[in-house]
Amino acid sequence: MNLLGKLDWSAIPFDQPIIMGASGGMILGIGAVLSWVLLKGYVPYLWREWITSVDHKRIGVMYIVLALLMLLRGFSDAIMMRTQQAVAAGGAQGYLPPEHYDQIFTAHGTIMIFFVAMPLVIGLMNFVVPLQLGIRDVAFPTLNSVSMWLTASGILLINVSLFVGEFARTGWVAYPPLSELQFSPGVGVDYYLWSLQISGVGTLLTGINFVTTILKTRAPGMGYMRMPVFCWTALASNLMIVAVFPILTATFAMLLLDRYLGFHFFSIDAGGNAMMYVNLFWMWGHPEVYILVLPAFGVFSEVAATFSGKPLFGYRSMVAATMAICILSMMVWLHHFFTMGASANVNAIFGMASMIIGVPTGVKIFNWLFTMYGGRVRFTTPVLWTIGFMVTFVLGGLTGVLLAVPAVDWTVHNSMFLIAHFHHVIIPGVVFGAFAGYVYWFPKAFGFTLDERWGKAAFWCWFIGFHLAFMPLYVVGLMGMTRRLQHYDVLSWQPWLLVAEAGAVVIFAGIVCQIVQIVVSIRRREELRDLTGDPWNARTLEWSTASPPPAWNFAVLPNVAGRDAYWAQKKLGHATEATQARKYEPIEVPTNTATGFVNAFFAVVTGFALIWHIWWLAALGLLGALATFLLFAFRDEEEVEVPAKALAEFDRTHHAEVAP
Amino acid sequence: MTDALYDRAPGEASTSPEAERTTMSTEFGIYTIGLVLALLLTAISFWVANTSMIWAAGIPIGLVVLAIAQMGVHLVFFLHITTAPDNTNNVLALAFGVFIVILVVAGSLWITTNLNENLMLSPELMNLQMQR
Amino acid sequence: MNVAVAIHDVKQDAFAPASEAGPAPKRIVAAFGFWIFLLSDIVMFSALFAAYAVLSHATAGGPTAVQLFSQTNVAVETACLLVSSYTCGIMSLAINARRRAATYLYALLTFLLGAAFLALEVREFADMVAIGAAPQRSAFLSSFFTLVGCHGLHVAAGLVWLTVMMAQVAVLGFRASVLRRLLCFALFWHALDIIWVWLFTAVYLIGVQS
Repeated sequence: MNLLGKLDWSAIPFDQPIIMGASGGMILGIGAVLSWVLLKGYVPYLWREWITSVDHKRIGVMYIVLALLMLLRGFSDAIMMRTQQAVAAGGAQGYLPPEHYDQIFTAHGTIMIFFVAMPLVIGLMNFVVPLQLGIRDVAFPTLNSVSMWLTASGILLINVSLFVGEFARTGWVAYPPLSELQFSPGVGVDYYLWSLQISGVGTLLTGINFVTTILKTRAPGMGYMRMPVFCWTALASNLMIVAVFPILTATFAMLLLDRYLGFHFFSIDAGGNAMMYVNLFWMWGHPEVYILVLPAFGVFSEVAATFSGKPLFGYRSMVAATMAICILSMMVWLHHFFTMGASANVNAIFGMASMIIGVPTGVKIFNWLFTMYGGRVRFTTPVLWTIGFMVTFVLGGLTGVLLAVPAVDWTVHNSMFLIAHFHHVIIPGVVFGAFAGYVYWFPKAFGFTLDERWGKAAFWCWFIGFHLAFMPLYVVGLMGMTRRLQHYDVLSWQPWLLVAEAGAVVIFAGIVCQIVQIVVSIRRREELRDLTGDPWNARTLEWSTASPPPAWNFAVLPNVAGRDAYWAQKKLGHATEATQARKYEPIEVPTNTATGFVNAFFAVVTGFALIWHIWWLAALGLLGALATFLLFAFRDEEEVEVPAKALAEFDRTHHAEVAP
Repeated sequence: MTDALYDRAPGEASTSPEAERTTMSTEFGIYTIGLVLALLLTAISFWVANTSMIWAAGIPIGLVVLAIAQMGVHLVFFLHITTAPDNTNNVLALAFGVFIVILVVAGSLWITTNLNENLMLSPELMNLQMQR
Repeated sequence: MNVAVAIHDVKQDAFAPASEAGPAPKRIVAAFGFWIFLLSDIVMFSALFAAYAVLSHATAGGPTAVQLFSQTNVAVETACLLVSSYTCGIMSLAINARRRAATYLYALLTFLLGAAFLALEVREFADMVAIGAAPQRSAFLSSFFTLVGCHGLHVAAGLVWLTVMMAQVAVLGFRASVLRRLLCFALFWHALDIIWVWLFTAVYLIGVQS
């Protein structure tokens, strides 16, 4: 019995210079940051204020930090692929052998969907939803911390796969039989499965948390039709998380059983049915993209209303469209495998459903347009991202309606046309939405706005770069180029791919602008300071708090009488009056706890041990997680009291800063 | 804070003043009736599955109906699900869950049956594939 | 009659809709959150169920349902779990009345009945493996062991949870957090029985019809 399972020195890819270079760079970078933190003595502060925090605002920021860091890794994968495809034409083989290239496109998809888009969207919802609902935190704050740290566990595992072992070579969807042990005997698919199972638990718990928060803990007076639209989209998105993530968990569990215990769910012998995986995977996979895009739509609703100085047009139809998308998105999944053997009738039904789902989205677009029409639009960075989204997403969505026709899909399935389509909706939709939300709510989180000039530069680089990078892919797709090609012989594709490469470089410039934006904004933060808590003259309750808000958000829960509650408060002059006249009572806030962090540590240990077949370590990891949980269950102190004096003091100093 | 008038935790019997004052023995009775009903329905299920007195093609349907009835007994007598307004959230959540379950099971069965029919191999190669 | 209620010093109509009543009490929030979790768990079971339904005839020349399943065994298992659901309900009543001895008694009964269910199931699995009907034999068997085994794992987790809860009652008493968790446990245990109803109906009763 080997104590270390399958793990030995051959797991480290000493013979692959690119991977060694990337790993080395990452380890040095992380090492440098950790050393700086240690030497500057920031550890107690970080432990007390961030790592053990159960405050939704802190957790939201940490999600977004994780996501932006992983964006760098996902984007590196992208530009490596673009570069390879730009040069590997005809006789040239490029610089990436197929075994490595296959890991890159798998990692790119996995990282971008699970570890960039999901944490961005969940991070925004975490920060904003309780503030918009007029409450102090989510329904289950400790569970929130557990969720975030489990996502971090998944991220750590997928990054470890870079230099210990390998990653999957199956594409981000990992279809069997390729992903079965017979055809993927290495640890790559196991890294994929365990890191996603672990972070999937975190995501499911987030879904439960937010559904409960939005349905059961809103501020007094905030009926359903008085909630901001961002909260409606958060509700729909989290309902979908609760509905479909368990399907992914079950599907991955079945594949794991096949790989670890020789079961036959998806094997090519003994009765296995590989198409069953495809069916179940996409039953999760299609709602997943709507889980990502609905909160982004919510951001656009908030931004459009705020910067037009008008209430959102068609609130009720927005809500109806959101809930319609929530339900319809779970009825279209077969359009991801039109070509895999279903009869024409089945294809037709799902094709029609896929077209119908474009209607509520169209309703939303018109509502945003009508919101801006007749308003005095301020063209700030969030508005640029919004308009860029509207212009680009509509076209991308149209290619989707095209693909919804099974006959069309048969000619372009798995070609670059498909790649172009889904990037054409996901980047303007989710990425632009996340960036708009990031710039919009940054002052609320940190107390100063981001530099506008660099923000606009970043937008234009992304907007131009995106079109340069992806429009040529439609062309090569129609010319017959399939996806995931490490090398090709049709030389007429190359000019288009060179343009796409240029586009990737321009997007890179956009990312550089965003990094510079953060640096410059921190340097200039006193000039950019937000003293009023309401830098945009906005409409919803989060802007009635200080920037950043105190841990308890609201000293006294607001009493809501209608939509755009803060706008009403401002119009009626209640904002300052109410604070001066109010009576403070002590409040309870949940205590910090290391449960989330420690549990995630054991999750990483367990995951790593299972991947490398180190059974005794996996058992220890599980026991550790159980022990952590038991310690939490028997703790005595659940809450800490904030005295009325502290509340009054904070409000007083905040308003003193704001006083004219 | 909210009045129990508006809202009830799932799994809890109603304690609002409008509801009849339920005593311990009444609640005990509710659970006991639930147990008896469930045992009865289970026994009937086993009989239906094994009897030759019912048309064979109707047996699966009958069993499904009995299973729905058993689920109903659990929901009403053990989990205290009602249609009262203080239970609306719980019922809606349950309905959503049932919708997803039906979608997953029926959808998978329909699609995979369709795929199997279309991808069926010729008889010579059949013994390598699923038996039907 | 119009009764005015003051929440945070602002008068409100007492008959305002439920959705405007403000944050719900912790007990309701916790139980509702757990209810949503249970629904997600049921969706996970439905995916395993769908796999079973699709693969139920994929016996690959190996043992079939008709050959393997014992109705008597299943009937006893079902009775055990159903009665344990009942004793769990009585335990809830004892908890509401804060009667410790009754709580421990009915918890013990629930535990024993649940353990009996598990013991019967483990024996059934062991017997099947012994005659060569292991999960690695065919897709049908893989899906059977996974679906029924997953339910069994949930029952086992429930037994562990019940034990921890009784320890909590002993150490921490009937404080609010313990009461909330006991309510969640009851929801869990009843839901497991509902899932078992569908399992035994589909797998053991319908599954053996020719």
